Amino acid sequence: MSTPGLPISELLSLLNSGKLTAVDLTQACLDQISRQDARVGAFLSVDPAASLEQARQIDKRRARGETLGLLAGLPVAIKDVICQKGTVTTCASRMLEKFVAPYDAHVIEKLRKADAVLLGKTNMDEFAMGSSTENSAYQVTRNPWDLERTPGGSSGGSAAAVAAQMVPLSLGSDTGGSIRQPAGLCSVVGLKPTYGRVSRYGLIAYASSLDQIGPFAQDVRGTALLLEAIAGADSRDSTSVPKDVPRYSQTLEQPLQGLRIGVAREHFAPGLDPEVERSVREALRVYESLGATLQEISLPHQKYAVAVYYIVAPSEASSNLARYDGVHYGHRAAQFDSMVEMYSASRGEGFGSEVKRRIMLGTYALSAGYYDAYYLKALKVRRLIRNDFDAAFQQVDLIATPVNPTPAFKIGELVNDPLAMYLSDIYTISANLAGIPGISVQAGFSSGGLPLGLQLLAAPFEEERLLRAARMLERETEWHRRRAPLAG
Amino acid sequence: MHTTTIIGLEVHVQLQTKTKVFCGCSTAFNPSNPNVQTCPVCLGLPGALPVLNGEAFRLAVKTAMALKCAISPYTKWDRKQYYYPDLPKGYQISQYDLPFSEDGFVELEPQETPEGTVPGRRVGIIRAHLEEDAGKNTHDETGRGLDSQVDLNRAGTPLVEIVSQPDLRSPSEARRYLEELRLLLTYLEVSDCNMQEGSLRCDANVNLHIHTDDGHKIATPIVEVKNLNSFRNVELALEYEEKRQLEQWQKTGQKIGDVAKETRGFDATRGVTFAQRGKEEASDYRYFPDPDLTPVIVSETYLDEVRQSLCEFPADRRKRLAAAWQLSSYDVGVIVGQGREFAEFFEEVAQLGHDGKQACNWVTQDVLREMNERGQTIREFPLRGAVLGNLLNRITQKQITIKSAREVFATLLSETHAGQVLSAQNIDQIIAEKGLALVTDTGAIDTAIAEVLAKNPKIVADFKGGKQGAIGPLVGQVMKAVKGADPAAVRNLIAEKIGQM
Repeated sequence: MSTPGLPISELLSLLNSGKLTAVDLTQACLDQISRQDARVGAFLSVDPAASLEQARQIDKRRARGETLGLLAGLPVAIKDVICQKGTVTTCASRMLEKFVAPYDAHVIEKLRKADAVLLGKTNMDEFAMGSSTENSAYQVTRNPWDLERTPGGSSGGSAAAVAAQMVPLSLGSDTGGSIRQPAGLCSVVGLKPTYGRVSRYGLIAYASSLDQIGPFAQDVRGTALLLEAIAGADSRDSTSVPKDVPRYSQTLEQPLQGLRIGVAREHFAPGLDPEVERSVREALRVYESLGATLQEISLPHQKYAVAVYYIVAPSEASSNLARYDGVHYGHRAAQFDSMVEMYSASRGEGFGSEVKRRIMLGTYALSAGYYDAYYLKALKVRRLIRNDFDAAFQQVDLIATPVNPTPAFKIGELVNDPLAMYLSDIYTISANLAGIPGISVQAGFSSGGLPLGLQLLAAPFEEERLLRAARMLERETEWHRRRAPLAG
Repeated sequence: MHTTTIIGLEVHVQLQTKTKVFCGCSTAFNPSNPNVQTCPVCLGLPGALPVLNGEAFRLAVKTAMALKCAISPYTKWDRKQYYYPDLPKGYQISQYDLPFSEDGFVELEPQETPEGTVPGRRVGIIRAHLEEDAGKNTHDETGRGLDSQVDLNRAGTPLVEIVSQPDLRSPSEARRYLEELRLLLTYLEVSDCNMQEGSLRCDANVNLHIHTDDGHKIATPIVEVKNLNSFRNVELALEYEEKRQLEQWQKTGQKIGDVAKETRGFDATRGVTFAQRGKEEASDYRYFPDPDLTPVIVSETYLDEVRQSLCEFPADRRKRLAAAWQLSSYDVGVIVGQGREFAEFFEEVAQLGHDGKQACNWVTQDVLREMNERGQTIREFPLRGAVLGNLLNRITQKQITIKSAREVFATLLSETHAGQVLSAQNIDQIIAEKGLALVTDTGAIDTAIAEVLAKNPKIVADFKGGKQGAIGPLVGQVMKAVKGADPAAVRNLIAEKIGQM
């Protein structure tokens, strides 16, 4: 096992005892990237000198006896949708190929304060639109467990980087499952916080009412620690919620007593791979053995979630992406004869096909004469989906579901079938529509050796409950100790 | 046949906040350095988010209160989407179906002017909403095909859009409405309404109702005249449209609905409106609620707080001043129309001078003339209301004559240097130096009269013989002898003495 693949608690105690320096750990990450990333393709950019310099500063301060922040020298990889001052932030799009962010996102400021080492920017589906990281304008990211398969998406680079032991922690963003889905497919832990828990300031918007930044880690402790570091209100994001951030890492080991877990019939629908279902049922048995009770619940509007999502998200995206017009920054076409042509040529060249598809969908849904039938109707159904969850959480503490309907699919398998690709988010999308938090935790492997995940959902701002429950399962199982079989 | 002109105005007013409506950048007018008052938010950089400026909302609410609008307890922000280089996000944050205020009015009162009575009118306000301003494009006008340039200093400045009902019936009435609106907003200090700097902009919708001799009413197609940059141009453009639309109707017979609404510009040098390139189809702005901003809940407590902070509206002040000082509607119109500080100046002068009509004459004539000559505002004027009031009180108290007071006034102004603030002591000094105090010592006057009468027996005889005018030179001689005597009193005393002879 490479050093960055060690459990977070071990890494922290090595760092704090001085047996491992932040420079050593950062160097180990960089070495692993050199060894593995040509095959995996997780990173879009790495700046070894800058990362090592950050690590050196942290080590110096530790040597002086200063109290360090929560992450105390742990390297973190950043999905390339988050602005980090002075770094090229591309969103995996030609449109922003040369865009150097002139400011830090709120989460980057938080990571700097927590003494994280910012290791590099990871690959993703262009503008976070996709479920396989194949929609990147630059490279395909491969699943470290099977290089023929996708790591999921859109935060596939961040998930794969952790799974391939290139970095202990990473940040992703989740609009319809873009953290939880790749976490499940890569056998790492990923958490989508409650909408408003983490500031979106500096997160390049895909669908503003759904987007949240969240953590990836090898284990639940790392996930809790990274969430603790980035969560909290921010006066620059009107939708961030001024609510105290619990010390997730402190309460993590306390098991939940009398846990009531909801199981929805709608989550075990046709199309669900039997091995996926088996792993979820097995996880539920583990919870029962720990004293939890299972309760059947109903989420009657769950079946509309994908349809609602593909109205709401593209509508917002069509507006959010209007700023990439070649006028102020970003790609501008070389040839054009008029202002209108400058716009259409620059956008035509700068965006990939999935992004264009969603811009067109959203533009259509917001057009005069269609707004009421599509956008407004979708908002109403979105409210019903939230109501379903509110009702369910009157009866249960958590809802357990599969993360993905199938294990990781092959690269190229679904690229020409967007509707099938859209359905891979069927179990994750409704949490974004409802604004509730969800976690994806390791729940086993298929007969072919591919990772399978369990999703737990909770009421708004119950991230602590999600983490403690995920830790209960983790303590009883060994799935999280397995590492992807890498060459070298 | 006769015609009625139907006009509705759409006015954009910049609010005078220190910072922009959704970020912390300065709103200062900066024509020389482009793109210096910008940040990731107003540049529309990836990942930046808007946050509502509470002060902008408060000023907007004050504006709505002045327009007697109903203020909604719940309001939200919508994106108005279109592409233009001065719009960095590709949408403008505005308000669509739930503006924060609706349904108000501006009262134009009947006005007595030297030329006659101007009738009053209540002009309905459909809505007032808050939105962000766009930036500014500069295009190469040399014809050499140079690049266009974009300045985003103005992008994100708070604007209130005020849409009137089509209640205005003449170009001059449209101008009056704008003047009253400007007065109202500058009184409240919500905007400086400076048209040159673009802090007040106006678009006009206009058409004619033609009443034919056979009793039919025909409406001509509505025309929107855009970007009128002075009140005078609003009036001129509308006057031009009145003529043009009538001629057009006589030529083509086109009625409302026959053709699409036309957008025209105004060429101020030629005094004509001209057709602007029409959009092939009505633009679809694809409005939808901005997911980056939360709706605003407006509580009664909040509204009460804002209401407490409002000053007296100009219309109320006109009424109050007319009643308190027995002034004509014309006079109070002039006083209040000069702005809030000028009206406050007047009130101070009137109170200390104990004579409203006298204060009105001085303030609207002497003070206004001096201000105009000096190119000063009332705030910059060296004479404070307290000092002028003190001076006028001396007339009321018969301590000096009106003529002497004018001399003191002129001396005060001519002898001041920049920045000097004059006080009542300066008045005492000038009166003493020039010996302008009215002499009330009747002994001295009696002696002087006796001497003058003794020296001028012929004039005395003429006066006795009925030549009333003969007394003038005698008054002059007495005044020369006793500086500061009241000439009217001297004249009466002389007449009395001669009568006794």
